Amino acid sequence: MGYSLNFSVVWRNFDKLWGGLVLSLELAVVSLAIGVVIGLVLAVVHVSGGRFTRMAIAVYVEAFRNTPLILLVYLVFYGLPQVVDLRYDATTSFVATLSVYAGAYLVEVFRSGLEAIPRGQIDAGRAIGLTPAQRLFHVRLPAMIRITLPALSNTFISLFKDTSVASVIAVPELTWGAQWINLNTFRIVEAYLMATAMYLATGYVMLFSLRLVERRFRVGRNA
Amino acid sequence: MLDAMIYALPFLLEGLWITVVVSILTVSISLVAGLALGCALVYGPLPLRLLVRIFSDTIRGIPILVLIFFVYYGFPAIGIDFDSFWAAVTALTLFKTAQVIEYVRGAVASIPRGQSEAAMAIGLTFSERLVSVIFPQALRRFLPPWINGVTDAVKGSALVSLLGVTDLMYAINQVIGRTYEAMPLYVLGAVIYFVINFSLSTLSRRLERRFSFVQA
Repeated sequence: MGYSLNFSVVWRNFDKLWGGLVLSLELAVVSLAIGVVIGLVLAVVHVSGGRFTRMAIAVYVEAFRNTPLILLVYLVFYGLPQVVDLRYDATTSFVATLSVYAGAYLVEVFRSGLEAIPRGQIDAGRAIGLTPAQRLFHVRLPAMIRITLPALSNTFISLFKDTSVASVIAVPELTWGAQWINLNTFRIVEAYLMATAMYLATGYVMLFSLRLVERRFRVGRNA
Repeated sequence: MLDAMIYALPFLLEGLWITVVVSILTVSISLVAGLALGCALVYGPLPLRLLVRIFSDTIRGIPILVLIFFVYYGFPAIGIDFDSFWAAVTALTLFKTAQVIEYVRGAVASIPRGQSEAAMAIGLTFSERLVSVIFPQALRRFLPPWINGVTDAVKGSALVSLLGVTDLMYAINQVIGRTYEAMPLYVLGAVIYFVINFSLSTLSRRLERRFSFVQA
């Protein structure tokens, strides 16, 4: 054995980990935002659309939910530029991948949220003379957001963890930072201990603050 | 494009075999460990419950990728030495075990209190209550999410390629390294993973519908 921990090199290169953590969070936030847009649009289309559109959305959802994220990351970064004439850097490529991946999960979340809205609320909206668009924006979407908030925060936290996969295409996020320290100092145990602690701490801070937000907006508070 | 796929197929099938082996090992070991620890979490004494809770929350808070690297590079430093294959299986199993613990907890918690109170009232012992009252009902709650979680294990197993384990993902990258035709190979790989996981999630959904008569 004879391995003794020495964190000094980790502290000396802490900027790599800290910058990585910040980038991880940014990747998660941006992907969640784009994913929410994709998910919302497709969920509304799904609920009101015909047989064919439902089919198409189901194909998208199942395709992305049943394929490993790492494969999708490779496919978009190394595969796609071979067939379409597009140039993009690794970070853009990863954000695009994770957004579409997140969208596939969020469609289902929002769709079940829309279906869980009590019928009476929509009928009430109709009774007071709201147009379909008004019913969507003033009745169904606000109600749905409240219902889906817990699922949304869980998705956010798993996206944050999924950003670690970006290291395979050298996006300098937290896992990549740990790898960098390992490659340059060989202090691998310390680097990964520190990265792990940072993932855990950030994850739990996110979890507790999101639970506070959820409590504030809980369904039935006076709905 | 088709040529590249046909050329690659034998290599991919070899990789697929490793993916299947890793997945089966992960799923079966974690099932046993998760059931035991899950019961410990629900029925164990307080210190044990606390330990299991900490284990589960910690493991589930770490990205699988980091866990894999951690086990592979970190464990040898504390004297536990294993090759990349077993390091990968260990890491994935740890992660899956934490998930199974939560499935067990959720399934047992979904059984109404009245059930075990009624069993107590007719004089069943603790183990009789578990075996003939709680577990048969909890199984229906446990099975659908667990089978659905098997798809997570198969998807997660793609990460072991980063340790140099020649699974399906690794085989795909190896062939691409030789042919430089990335797109057809990644698409083919995605299709293979999809077929496996989609069958599993369809099975899970079917079971869920089949068991949906059980009301919590």
